[in-house]
Amino acid sequence: MSLAVRLLPCLDLKDGRVVKGIRFQDLRDAGDPVEAAALYEAQGGDELVLLDVSATPEGRAHALETVSSVRAVLSIPMTVGGGVRSSDDAGRLLEAGADKVGVNTAAVRRPELIEEISVKYGAQCTVLAVDAAAAGRSWEVVVESGRARTGQDVVEWCLKAVSLGAGEILLTSWDRDGTRSGYDTDLIMAVSDVVNVPVIASGGANEAVHLIDAVRAGASAVLVASILHDGDTTVTALKRAMSGAGIEVRL
Amino acid sequence: MRVVIVPTGTANIASVRAAFARLDVATAEAASPDDLTGADRVVLPGVGSFGAAAAAIDRLGLRQPLLARIESGAPTLCVCVGMQLLATQSTESPGARGLGVVEEVVTRFDEGVRVPQLGWNQVEPGEGARYVTAGWAYFANSYRMEHAPDGWLASTSVYSGRFVAAIERGSLLALQFHPELSGAWGSNVIARWLSEAA
Repeated sequence: MSLAVRLLPCLDLKDGRVVKGIRFQDLRDAGDPVEAAALYEAQGGDELVLLDVSATPEGRAHALETVSSVRAVLSIPMTVGGGVRSSDDAGRLLEAGADKVGVNTAAVRRPELIEEISVKYGAQCTVLAVDAAAAGRSWEVVVESGRARTGQDVVEWCLKAVSLGAGEILLTSWDRDGTRSGYDTDLIMAVSDVVNVPVIASGGANEAVHLIDAVRAGASAVLVASILHDGDTTVTALKRAMSGAGIEVRL
Repeated sequence: MRVVIVPTGTANIASVRAAFARLDVATAEAASPDDLTGADRVVLPGVGSFGAAAAAIDRLGLRQPLLARIESGAPTLCVCVGMQLLATQSTESPGARGLGVVEEVVTRFDEGVRVPQLGWNQVEPGEGARYVTAGWAYFANSYRMEHAPDGWLASTSVYSGRFVAAIERGSLLALQFHPELSGAWGSNVIARWLSEAA
């Protein structure tokens, strides 16, 4: 008996709509985040992650409405990230129905943001999202959706974020994201070995064996997006495969 | 039925309210001590620190009405830090005073496991539990009650060691996990408390 490894479906939102199309036949509207969220919960998703990639204030306002509509139907936890620059931003997302808030670029620019959110809402609510690009034998933090390199070492940044109050790390391999070539297990190992908070593996999943490898490398949870959206597989099938490999999941 | 939620801070009250709404039960936030006295059912949620939640209760003047309610056995549901507040104190916030309804001290999980505990863990219901059944519950906590308090029926889970996942006594139910985030199983725990606690 122990804590189950979590599988987290992730939806990218722009102006309140799902950006990467979801191609399930049983959805009436592939862009509707509420319908997609309900489907993933029904399939056994352990938490839902919403990443708002809107670039405008109007888009962000739509995202708040979306969080609220998803909350009404969703009875599993919801993490929301994207554009969080202050603890007030975090507060608005929580009031709308998020349970955890992800911070990324703004925290790199101003690390105290992590402390501000953690002190006010708790470490269990404060998720550090890190985009990591390989740089020789280590990894460098990239921000602004990968457009800007920072020169900062990923492992050092994760350690610092945890010391400031981050309760979970959403670790995305910028090199693997969208490639379907599997998670960067060296990256997962490098971070999960040194921090004592849960690490969510992200970027590169294509099949169940990738998820299993990520867990064996030290991930407490795995984030999955396009292979679910494309209808190639389901949450249920992935979790059964993980269970078959001896990993404890909630089935 | 009137369900009143104690606003213990800026927690995820939206998730708690949504869980009741899905059961077609309206909720309102307590604004004054009177709101607790007259309520059919009261929910004491809590996210964030033990000290902040205890301070919020005192600021709103809700300590005495809550204690009176719990002593009389009126239907009350405590969630996460809400459950921890029943204890005398927590090592999370030295000096902060809990409600002291149970003679326990809340402590941090031992070294050797990732903290916070974030995720789904199995709950083992205590013998004769009325509200909690065996199943997967969602937890988000760094601190926990380690020992079952006297006079309460305890259900447990294991993380590093065994800890108290829930305690119940009559119409009082306190849950370390988040029933509002524990899927259909969690919704059923809330539904049983709504229908059976009286």
